[in-house]
Amino acid sequence: MAKVKAVALISGGLDSLLAARVVLGQGVHVEGINFFTGFCVEGHTHAIRKRDSEKPKRNNALWVAEQLGIKLHIIDVVEEYKDVLLNPKHGYGANLNPCLDCKGFMVRKADEWAQAHGFDFLLSGEVIGQRPMSQRRDTMPVVARESGAGERLLRPLCAKLLPPTLAETRGWVDREQLHGFSGRSRKPQMALAEQYGFTEYAQPAGGCCFLTNREYSSKLTDLWRAQGNREYELDDILLLKVGRHLRPRSNFKLILGREEGENNYLRGYCKQFTHLHILSHHGPLGLIDGSANHDDLLLAARLAARFCQGRDAEQVEVEVHEHEGESWTTMVRPMPASEVLREWYV
Amino acid sequence: MTTQIVPEQLDARRLLCPLPVIRTQDRVVEMRAGDILAVCCSDPGARYDIPAWCRINGHKILEISEGNYEFTITLEVGEDDAFDS
Repeated sequence: MAKVKAVALISGGLDSLLAARVVLGQGVHVEGINFFTGFCVEGHTHAIRKRDSEKPKRNNALWVAEQLGIKLHIIDVVEEYKDVLLNPKHGYGANLNPCLDCKGFMVRKADEWAQAHGFDFLLSGEVIGQRPMSQRRDTMPVVARESGAGERLLRPLCAKLLPPTLAETRGWVDREQLHGFSGRSRKPQMALAEQYGFTEYAQPAGGCCFLTNREYSSKLTDLWRAQGNREYELDDILLLKVGRHLRPRSNFKLILGREEGENNYLRGYCKQFTHLHILSHHGPLGLIDGSANHDDLLLAARLAARFCQGRDAEQVEVEVHEHEGESWTTMVRPMPASEVLREWYV
Repeated sequence: MTTQIVPEQLDARRLLCPLPVIRTQDRVVEMRAGDILAVCCSDPGARYDIPAWCRINGHKILEISEGNYEFTITLEVGEDDAFDS
């Protein structure tokens, strides 16, 4: 008889690690799937910043797959995800996080992948009551139904609190060896992790998505407001993760690297943007997002100078490279802190 | 006389992880066991993630070189049976 095969939705956190491990332990062949929406929080996205260099530079989903000894398929869903973010049937959480629609979308994509590749069922690390939107007793059936996965979706960590699914009724897994976790406490998961010998695992505060982050959501809202529509491209949303963003005038935004690592990253965008280099002192690389006239660029130069090591100097030399235009240098007086308005910070 | 295998090239510069891994994964699917791929990246995380992806999928890292804020990771495509149980 062919071995039963399951696809595990792997976020990189503890719950999906444990859910996959529980099913692996029952002799099922498990492979992982992970979706890249563009909004994913990755340990080393922060490690662009050199000051965060002590943090592990790893993709947690890959790390989990390696701990489990399973393959991981990472799927780019950036384009398809736009509709989830822009038109969530179930609305947003506290910020721009469409968690319930997002979960339904990912389960649907995983189910489509599983069926296309000859897998028998799929599993996720959801726990009843763990999350306020997508992991409630009343919303779990919504995810299973609206994703189309229905009873092909097994939640090994709380299965005993839910009706039996296909994997259980067909005898592919033993329901008695599944779990009945519920609530926000992590203690049962931590005990199970210890039982399996997992001593290290990711515990991301606020989940694995930037859309749950208030500051990030504010930057995305600002982007949409400035461009007059709610469209976005991948570069737009990646840049929101990097640097200090200030909008001193409605027609442009200044993105400033906060340290060398961010400057290095922003340097990759110099061909696409008007940008500023501080010549006389160590300081940020600045990108101008929007349409800026000469007066705007002088303002941006003073603002950039405010965040360089010459902030207290009388004059700072700044080189301005206009997009598809000329380059010029100017001496500016760094803007004093008192002139940098709080509302400029995006 | 020996024949020098010229690696296929993949430019993943300016992409943040996991995109370099995804681009590598998508290219490797089109290649055969024994083929060589050189992936150029600028995200420091790729230096860890592409080797991790190779380990769990049965591909072999041949070389990692770096310079001018970029990394080139050269890998040999393995058989498609890693971790099959």
